[in-house]
Amino acid sequence: MSNIYIHAENLSYIYHDSNDNKEHPALQNFSLDVHEGEYVAVLGHNGSGKSTFAKLLNLILEPTGGTLIIDGKEVTKPDLTDEEILELRKNVGMVFQNPDNQLVSTIVEQDVAFGPENLGVEREELRKRVDDALMTVNMTQYAHHEPHRLSGGQKQRVAIAGVLAMMPKCVIFDESTAMLDPGGRREVLDTVRMLNRDYGMTVLNITHYMNEAAEADRIIVINDGRLLMDGTPDEVFAKRDVLQTVGLEVPQCAELIHRLREEGIALVGDTISDPEACVALLEQAYRKIKKA
Amino acid sequence: MKGISFGQYYPADSVIHRLDPRIKIIMTILYIICTFLCKSVTSFAVLVLSVIALIMFSRIPVRVVLRSVRPLLIIIAFTFVINIFWSTGEQLLVEFWIFRIYAEGVWNAVFMFLRIFALVTGTGVLLTYTTTPMDLTDALESLLSPLKKLHVPVHVFAMMMSITLRFIPTLTEETEKIMNAQKARGADFTSGSLIRRAKSLIPILIPLFVSAINRALELANAMECRCYHGGDGRTRLNVLKCHTKDMVAAILMIVFGVGLVFLNFVPFIYVMK
Repeated sequence: MSNIYIHAENLSYIYHDSNDNKEHPALQNFSLDVHEGEYVAVLGHNGSGKSTFAKLLNLILEPTGGTLIIDGKEVTKPDLTDEEILELRKNVGMVFQNPDNQLVSTIVEQDVAFGPENLGVEREELRKRVDDALMTVNMTQYAHHEPHRLSGGQKQRVAIAGVLAMMPKCVIFDESTAMLDPGGRREVLDTVRMLNRDYGMTVLNITHYMNEAAEADRIIVINDGRLLMDGTPDEVFAKRDVLQTVGLEVPQCAELIHRLREEGIALVGDTISDPEACVALLEQAYRKIKKA
Repeated sequence: MKGISFGQYYPADSVIHRLDPRIKIIMTILYIICTFLCKSVTSFAVLVLSVIALIMFSRIPVRVVLRSVRPLLIIIAFTFVINIFWSTGEQLLVEFWIFRIYAEGVWNAVFMFLRIFALVTGTGVLLTYTTTPMDLTDALESLLSPLKKLHVPVHVFAMMMSITLRFIPTLTEETEKIMNAQKARGADFTSGSLIRRAKSLIPILIPLFVSAINRALELANAMECRCYHGGDGRTRLNVLKCHTKDMVAAILMIVFGVGLVFLNFVPFIYVMK
């Protein structure tokens, strides 16, 4: 197994609600290891703490307890210098939900350059990074366009390019597809998968679309600030009942197999997250019934 | 609303469009000074010629340029009338009731009209029509950068300006959406008294402000994630460069101004005192 990239131990974050003047835990005793080059989907209903976790990884929020080590560096130590924070933020890129609220400039290529500009990258290198990043997300022909004239999926791809231009080792997608139409969602997901497969980037995709989560190597489920499940998509979707208790539903194909099994139809196999594998499973069962 | 453009920028490929925006700002200031230097018929004639030349060089259609004068017509007419009726001089042209119109008054009125006209069209052609707001922001930041030594947060102002420009179309779109949503619930923005109409805007403004604040918070997060930490140690993708042609243009403008001053001494027809 490759190196551990993110190591969280007993991580907690408590926020103070000024409305009722009480402390609310958003994350409690949260322990997790993410390896380099992994594609992890983070599931959980609204308010489960999944976005809080992402913000901790990016040092937007400071954990109130526990240890967090990213790329071998302890993030939770109190005397972090500004340079160290910038270095960490550079390594962990983040793509947010609303594409409109994360684009800074009125011209696509200038927006992509925003991150590396902040890092003080020299001009020649900057130009190269911007061109490469736009090429990677297949937006080169829009380099001089105005972002507000692009479609949602295109805007989100520009946002991804903006993160890539900082050359991060890990990219977090915080419900980045939630506001997109199915076409735009596909565009973004294909880009995410390519970053992981072809560029070896560690990817954390926070989502509430089950089909999206099924594409990941590993799924973690967060509920009420605690880690509820951790495993491959097949392992997680096999525990349909547990998921249902926290308000999550398994993908349609997994649901179908679950229901057929409840009806007493013997379906042999563990692959239930991938639609094509499900079809194979059903075919197999159908042949058996036909023979009998 | 998709067609909304920033400011007055008119995209074209011309000599003026390609000039360094910093030089254009300086030239515009010089040009404004020039319009106030004119005092004689000959210098005003040259000023009018310069307006025509600028429009031709910028390749902007004349009707587009004239459009920028339209909102000022009332002011122009007002100053024209004031100058005609209230100027005194030696050469009385017409006298009726309590009004006396002098030749000097007529000339002053014409000069004032030409001055405002040149001022508006000149700044439009030299700056607002031919420079993208983004370039303008960059140029202002660059020109004002000496103020950084006095601890004036020049970079912050420039950043605020460019973010404002970035969000104008986004918020315009949002306003339209909110208006449609309120209309769908029976809101009426077009009838009733002025106060009533102003009041009916409240259900648009409040959601708009709330969303704008939320957007700002999210944007701040996103900017921080992209390592934004102010202007220190920041590099730029597009660096403004001052070429020979920019220097030539600036020198031409100075020569133009000096020439106008000399023309003021030509005693042809009328010279303002």
